[in-house]
Amino acid sequence: MSDTPARPTGGAMPPLDPNEKLDIAKLLEDLADYRPRRKGWHWREQVPDQKLHKFVYKETSKGLRNSIPLPAAHYFGDIDPQPDCVITTEIASGRFEDDLRRMRMAAWHGADHMMVIRTAGQSHMDGLLEGTPEGVGGIAVTRKQVRATRKALDLIEDEVGRPINFHSYVSGVAGPEMAVMFAEEGVNGAHQDPQYNVLYRNINMYRSFVDAAVAKHVMASVRMAQIDGAHNANATAVEAWNVMPELLVQHAINSAYSVAVGMPKEDICLSTVPPDAAPAPCMRMDLPYALALRDLFGEYKMRAQENTRYMESDGRDATVSHVMNLVISRLTSADIQSTITPDEGRNVPWHYNNVAAVNTAKQSLVGMDGLREMVKLDREAPELNQKVREIKERAVLFFEAMLREGGYFASVEEAYFVDSGLYPETHDDGIARKSDGGVAAGTIVPRAADYLAPVCHHFGLNHLPEGYGDAAGEAVAAAADVAHKPCDLIGGCTLCDAEKVPFIDELDPEDNVNARLALTAELRAKGLIRPEVQWAADGWVVVTMFLPAAPRVAEFAALELGKAMNLQACEVINKQVMHPAEGTLIELKGRLDAVVDPATLTIPPEPVVMSDAEIKAFVAEKKLKCVAATVGEDEHSVGMREIIDIKHGGLEKWGFACEYLGTSVPVEKVLDAALEHAAQIVLISTIITHGDMHRNNMQKLADLAVEKGVRDKLLLISGGTQVTDELARSWGMDAGFGRGAKGIGVASFVVTTMRERGM
Amino acid sequence: MARADTYLQIRGHLAALTDEELEARFWELAQQVVDPLVELARTHTSPSIERSVLMRMGIDSPTCMAVAGECEKRGLLGHGAGQVVLHCSTTWGCPAPEAARRLAAGEGWDVALAKWGGTA
Repeated sequence: MSDTPARPTGGAMPPLDPNEKLDIAKLLEDLADYRPRRKGWHWREQVPDQKLHKFVYKETSKGLRNSIPLPAAHYFGDIDPQPDCVITTEIASGRFEDDLRRMRMAAWHGADHMMVIRTAGQSHMDGLLEGTPEGVGGIAVTRKQVRATRKALDLIEDEVGRPINFHSYVSGVAGPEMAVMFAEEGVNGAHQDPQYNVLYRNINMYRSFVDAAVAKHVMASVRMAQIDGAHNANATAVEAWNVMPELLVQHAINSAYSVAVGMPKEDICLSTVPPDAAPAPCMRMDLPYALALRDLFGEYKMRAQENTRYMESDGRDATVSHVMNLVISRLTSADIQSTITPDEGRNVPWHYNNVAAVNTAKQSLVGMDGLREMVKLDREAPELNQKVREIKERAVLFFEAMLREGGYFASVEEAYFVDSGLYPETHDDGIARKSDGGVAAGTIVPRAADYLAPVCHHFGLNHLPEGYGDAAGEAVAAAADVAHKPCDLIGGCTLCDAEKVPFIDELDPEDNVNARLALTAELRAKGLIRPEVQWAADGWVVVTMFLPAAPRVAEFAALELGKAMNLQACEVINKQVMHPAEGTLIELKGRLDAVVDPATLTIPPEPVVMSDAEIKAFVAEKKLKCVAATVGEDEHSVGMREIIDIKHGGLEKWGFACEYLGTSVPVEKVLDAALEHAAQIVLISTIITHGDMHRNNMQKLADLAVEKGVRDKLLLISGGTQVTDELARSWGMDAGFGRGAKGIGVASFVVTTMRERGM
Repeated sequence: MARADTYLQIRGHLAALTDEELEARFWELAQQVVDPLVELARTHTSPSIERSVLMRMGIDSPTCMAVAGECEKRGLLGHGAGQVVLHCSTTWGCPAPEAARRLAAGEGWDVALAKWGGTA
């Protein structure tokens, strides 16, 4: 972080309460007075040999104050180890006010880099947008949106207990202005790579490079982290695995250019993607590239991105690809681990898929913690060694040819880039741009002999009066000779005095956040609940169904079924053939135009959980015994073992004497055993139910107990994944325990009920 | 034009290099590619660059757009839009954002033209 003096933060809000929603309307108040409280990038604070629960971690960082751990954490003391690298999530639904809530969710799962994608077309706008218009495929990145987001992230980072990096794009035609606005507003990182403009946005090449120098220099002044755009070649080329030599060249051009205009190497992050995916033998193809890159760019940071080039609509498939990408990150290195939501292949990503992607990264990185100490890449292996060398040589040959061609601009005119041939092979399918063409062609102007910019952190020729200059600028040879900052000419610039930063609220009276919030104001005021995937009350839900039909038939059948479920605007977002004739798995998206008022719900109280000491004392006093069995024709015993075994925190832990009768036990035998052992408690498990077996068994047990006149002396309890308390009671049980039940819940129920009944 | 993979035929001059020498050559070439780009940037400006200067002078974005656009039209961009505003604010004895507002409204360009010439 840079040494920015403490700034006034007018419009500040009280800390967030984890049990309260982020108040967006309140957040938007007094934005004109809000100022960022810090600038520059934040790397996680490493904790070597961190002890958590019963483990020692080798590659983790400082933990969070508030977070949601991985699903299995309850077996491991509820720890939530945070990997060493920054974890990115990319968010941009078109409505920034809804993205803020998603950022909060992602932060709780371990994301500390919020990357906001810009709305379609913003990179071609020669100037800044203001206000909060709705975006398409991204966010209209404006000062108000940026300031509100930074304000929200300041609150969220306090809530989770770790600084959060906010990131967007300094590319496009208005790069220098974006850079200044980001520097003023405390944006911590940005994409900046003039090659991206040239190749993918067809912005004039001279303009792109001239603008980039000023933009990068401004970014460096606040130590913003920079991410380059090389990975786009991988996402664009027809055969992505062949662009590896070119990727090295693109990374080098942006890196060398950035250093030349004053950016520290440690702030320059290479955006790198393992280029391949299965069914290619992707890891064997991608590892040599990953190593060649890290050999050449050891002084720079690695932003490891996940593969999107071969992403289809199957979330499982995407997740497995990403985990393989994460293995490469762990076997080599990553300073920033980016994540792509596994639904990006089919939607503008949704809330919970951002969280899923963050968890994929966290789970994989923590699971592979310290692996490098045991598993090392064999750099002497002939294939690996030869491939690494070959990629580097091909990149050198690429550079040599570029220089023979006449340099960067000439090479772009000759379509050197994004050719799918493995250089020096070419397929003649690269992207060609004309040096006098593209958006904003002919707009650069030579700086005149008296050119002057009376502001700080300006790159390039600047004829400041004698004695003026900034240390990083080129106006003076030695900083010691400088008596005045450049902006002393105007009494201070916005980079030195935050109070000089102007603020525009809204320019469009209709297309703005206030108008959008008004549409959902009633739901918020009344606390009504409607499903959503990206925007408040958007109503979208997904239904997963298996249909015993061929794919095309299944797709149209699914649309009919969606209508029958009252879903509007149904769309099949994924289908997978299980067998050409036997059936197809369908994921159907539809809008549900229904709301629930939580005030109308009857929600049973959560089961009371007692202290160990209290349960133990009661069990000892009453000498409690239980008999347990899996009933019917069922060979499953895992669930019951979880409830009774001491090693799983089951009933034995508190001193219950447990007699386990086994699996597939007839209910008559269970009852006989209870009488024989003088047990007070009968536990039956019906995990897998066929037809109505589970119901029949429960009713039969209850009836038998009544017949034998012992019903009031026994507690009859059933359990199983499909069992609910309500159903079990309706079939004559005293209680039912379903999925996720624990011994402590059963024990607490037994003690409470026996007390109530005076048993 | 499509070309077959000539890697093995043209790599001869690299074969004898150590890995360190190869990597050094990579960066040397990168620098050679980048040097003229940096020089171009050092000696040129653009409408966006000039608007970014005006922004740093505390001027809001619509005003930056108008002032830089007027400078471009009058051939003054190469002197620096910031310098044009600075000159006017000094002449008029007002802060830079105020001078920019007047220029954006089409007032006072005679002051700039008196100093630099150009089209009215």
